[in-house]
Amino acid sequence: MSEDTKTIQTQEKEEMQFNGERTRDRLCFIPRTDIYETDDAIYLVVDMPGVDEKSIDITMEKNTLSVNGLVEAQSFEGYSEVYAEYETGDYQRNFSIQIPVNRDGIEATLKNGVLNIRLPKDESAKTKRIEIRTG
Amino acid sequence: MLYRRPSFSSMWNEMDRLQREINRLFDVFPSRRTLTPGGYPAMNIYSNTEGVVVTAELPGVDIKDIEIQVVGDSLSVSGKREIPTVEGASYHRQERLSGSFSRTIRLPFPVETEQVDATLQNGNLVIKLPRQAASKPKKISVRSVA
Repeated sequence: MSEDTKTIQTQEKEEMQFNGERTRDRLCFIPRTDIYETDDAIYLVVDMPGVDEKSIDITMEKNTLSVNGLVEAQSFEGYSEVYAEYETGDYQRNFSIQIPVNRDGIEATLKNGVLNIRLPKDESAKTKRIEIRTG
Repeated sequence: MLYRRPSFSSMWNEMDRLQREINRLFDVFPSRRTLTPGGYPAMNIYSNTEGVVVTAELPGVDIKDIEIQVVGDSLSVSGKREIPTVEGASYHRQERLSGSFSRTIRLPFPVETEQVDATLQNGNLVIKLPRQAASKPKKISVRSVA
């Protein structure tokens, strides 16, 4: 694979709004993501602080992988917000996977608010070394 | 022909006043989405008379890589966020930032440094800092003089 092969294109949140209205009164952010590819798999690393394994939803439909994370608003009883630099909200992002992957082998782990997804490549998409026979 | 236009000028005055009112309204409720953090990590601060709570989002940072220091009314949070580069992998997208960070903020009052409690859960850092007893507000009772 050469460096400039882009097999995955991301969709921005604004584009997904066309599908309908959100039914939750929360902001929704596009999580920052690293995407890399090895010979046998594609890896997605998604920053989703505040999300735990129960509030996360990953679905693969056709060749679109959707990551959805719900985050409850942070509040501290008896305290009032005096200074704010960031806001919390849900996360949503779709990834268009352009190469065949083995759907049953998709694995996801969550640690310290970072989601790791491994999509193993289908046998047909794996890089094969072609032996050259001397004739 | 000469027109008297007192009604018009008062209308424009009224328009100017309305415009000022609208500007004032937008200043009072600025858009929350344009928050600009003063550094990394971005911090939110909650407070009451008993203490202050500081929160920050640090996804992917290990608890052992975070150092928190409190002196009087200043709080320092420093550490590093390491993202190992995978050998032999081709990167399609790298949006996550890595490196070291250090930030010092001034708290509204001095805190009890011995009782500071910090937790890291799902990448959310929460630091609870109780107020120093000496700096707590004192209730002053009013005597009635007969």
